[in-house]
Amino acid sequence: MLEIKNLNVTVEEKQILKNLNLKIGKGEVHAIMGPNGSGKSTIAHTLAGKPNYNVESGEVNLNGKDLLSKDPYERSLNGLFLAFQYPIELPGVTNASYLKQIVNAHRKSRKETPIDAGEFLKILKEKSKLLDIPMDMHSRFVNTGFSGGEKKKNEVLQMDLLDPSLIIMDETDSGLDVDALKTTADAINKLKNDERSFIIITHYLRLLEYIEPDYVHVFQNGSVIETGDKTLASRIDQEGYS
Amino acid sequence: MNKVSKDNFTQEKYKYGFVTEIESEKIPKGLNEDVIRLISKKKNEPDWMLDWRLSAFKRLENMSVPKWAKAEIDEIDFQDLYYYSSPKDFKEKPKSLDEVDPKLLETYEKLGIPLKEQKVLAGVAVDAVFDSVSVATTFKEKLNEIGVIFCPISEAIQKHPELVKKYIGSVIPVTDHFYATLNSAVFSDGSFVYIPKGVKCPMELSTYFRINASETGQFERTLIIADEGSYVSYLEGCTAPMRDENQLHAANVELVALDDAEIKYSTVQNWYPGDENGKGGIYNFVTKRGLCKGKNSKISWTQIETGSAITWKYPSCILRGDNSTGEFYSVAITNNYQQADTGTKMIHLGKNTKSRIISKGISAGKSSNTYRGLVSFHKKAKNAKNFTQCDSLLVGSECKANTIPLTENSSNSSSIEHEATTSKISDEQLFYCMQRGLDAEEAQSLIVNGFCKEVLQKLPMEFAVEAQKLVSISLEGSVG
Repeated sequence: MLEIKNLNVTVEEKQILKNLNLKIGKGEVHAIMGPNGSGKSTIAHTLAGKPNYNVESGEVNLNGKDLLSKDPYERSLNGLFLAFQYPIELPGVTNASYLKQIVNAHRKSRKETPIDAGEFLKILKEKSKLLDIPMDMHSRFVNTGFSGGEKKKNEVLQMDLLDPSLIIMDETDSGLDVDALKTTADAINKLKNDERSFIIITHYLRLLEYIEPDYVHVFQNGSVIETGDKTLASRIDQEGYS
Repeated sequence: MNKVSKDNFTQEKYKYGFVTEIESEKIPKGLNEDVIRLISKKKNEPDWMLDWRLSAFKRLENMSVPKWAKAEIDEIDFQDLYYYSSPKDFKEKPKSLDEVDPKLLETYEKLGIPLKEQKVLAGVAVDAVFDSVSVATTFKEKLNEIGVIFCPISEAIQKHPELVKKYIGSVIPVTDHFYATLNSAVFSDGSFVYIPKGVKCPMELSTYFRINASETGQFERTLIIADEGSYVSYLEGCTAPMRDENQLHAANVELVALDDAEIKYSTVQNWYPGDENGKGGIYNFVTKRGLCKGKNSKISWTQIETGSAITWKYPSCILRGDNSTGEFYSVAITNNYQQADTGTKMIHLGKNTKSRIISKGISAGKSSNTYRGLVSFHKKAKNAKNFTQCDSLLVGSECKANTIPLTENSSNSSSIEHEATTSKISDEQLFYCMQRGLDAEEAQSLIVNGFCKEVLQKLPMEFAVEAQKLVSISLEGSVG
């Protein structure tokens, strides 16, 4: 479903991704591990279309369609979801109205009518419960003054609401305590299905103990240096990257 | 990074820019005593009103236009303007809507202000002012039953001279400054509201100002009096056709709140702002002032300023009554080459008076947006308090935002709190929203509406949604 071919990316004239190749099939979970500064997050940002991440050469196909020519919002509407490492605050915008608006943007692109307020509330209650999110969080402003855990849960909630086919998680485990990590991982596991693929970017083994990857890629200096199964993650956890 | 076509926007951006093809009757161009006599005659005014106008005109001859605003204003030739324009054959205001020219009704329909009572917004009474005359007022009889007077000021001058005489010019002196004095000499129409003792006005009162004729100034005059223990919420809206010339709108609005009375005055100002190169648009030079005359009275201004080439207005409160309260909530948006210099004055004279100022300035394009405010505590204003918050949001890097808050304090038991922020819509915020499926315009509009939410919430509910849309439309074409 996702195919990255010979991808070269520069940020502020510095080459970060070097000839990256990666193939992800439907329903697969891929973990990308690597030391700080290895370019892990750059993969996530490039795939999502963040400005200033310049693709010098290479190709990316998502579900058979060229991804790189699309605007960020079109990528989202086409099923790509990036869970941010540091979710952004939107002061003055209540979480509930924001969530409803992004849900409606996706419905509109599928030529569906906007969701009815009562129906939305019902879905929101259901999905918030799964993540242990109190409903009063939705009357606060998006991510504004949220704790690290609340921010990450809010990302997973959006993931659940938007029904993406490719989920990229950029260090979703950072900033979560043990309980929050377990709740979040449980919610993510419920999102797994045969159609949906995951890229999990992480430093640590701990998230991968809850969400079992099919493949683990070790990333260094802008490209994959080793690929294996979940045992590779444990080995790295014990031995480090070198 | 976004493919939003700017051409699409300039087409639909100002949807009120049409001209109504209706023959108008103008009195000759120019500003002189004859013109003033003619306006007064057209309005069938009593002598005292004409004398009042003439005395203002005498003062005007020795005054010059104020220059202190942070705006570049082309010199206005006051002799080259029409001061009065009305639809032809408009001798007397129609008694019922059936007599109103269908073209006028159609104009207001197109503006989203249907005047036929079966179609109007429930709970909102409308006075429709077209160029220099009021063409229709809805729900008048219903309001009459509870003693509320809501009519064009030209009608009030004839039917309620004692009230007009007592209060006109009592808040904005005839000699206040050039534009206020000019208005006093040549004012044409506007609304008059009187709420009797103890009455809570059951509906929103609103005036819709429309400039249609070319080369014509509009000189609105509005007077609202809330008698003891009464309450009224009033809203004004404004639009004008798209023209290459600059047109002048110089209004005077006076509010008087007696003991325990409350006036809530909201404005949605959407005069034609000029095109994307800064050609044309309205010069909106407005004097708005409220007097909290009685104890425990309250005046609250809410304004959404999105239109005009130049906006220059400072809705103010004179807090004379003990324990009186003044509020100013403002969103001023400038795009392209628009210039706004707006803010408020809170003059604390009485004991325990309180004021609150929340100003949100949003600048985009090459525009300039200035908050100018004065908070003044007289020495008798014991325990007076003010809270001021001025936030500026910049969209793009070519616009300007200024904050000029002044304070004068002669009372040693008073307190002033001031907060100010300037921020930019960050690329990170835009990217975050876009990653979730919103296009660049939607993302920006979400963030901007969040920024001014505190003020938008103060609008009467019927207009809050419209205002939100207006905020988004005003900034269209400014991202990317």
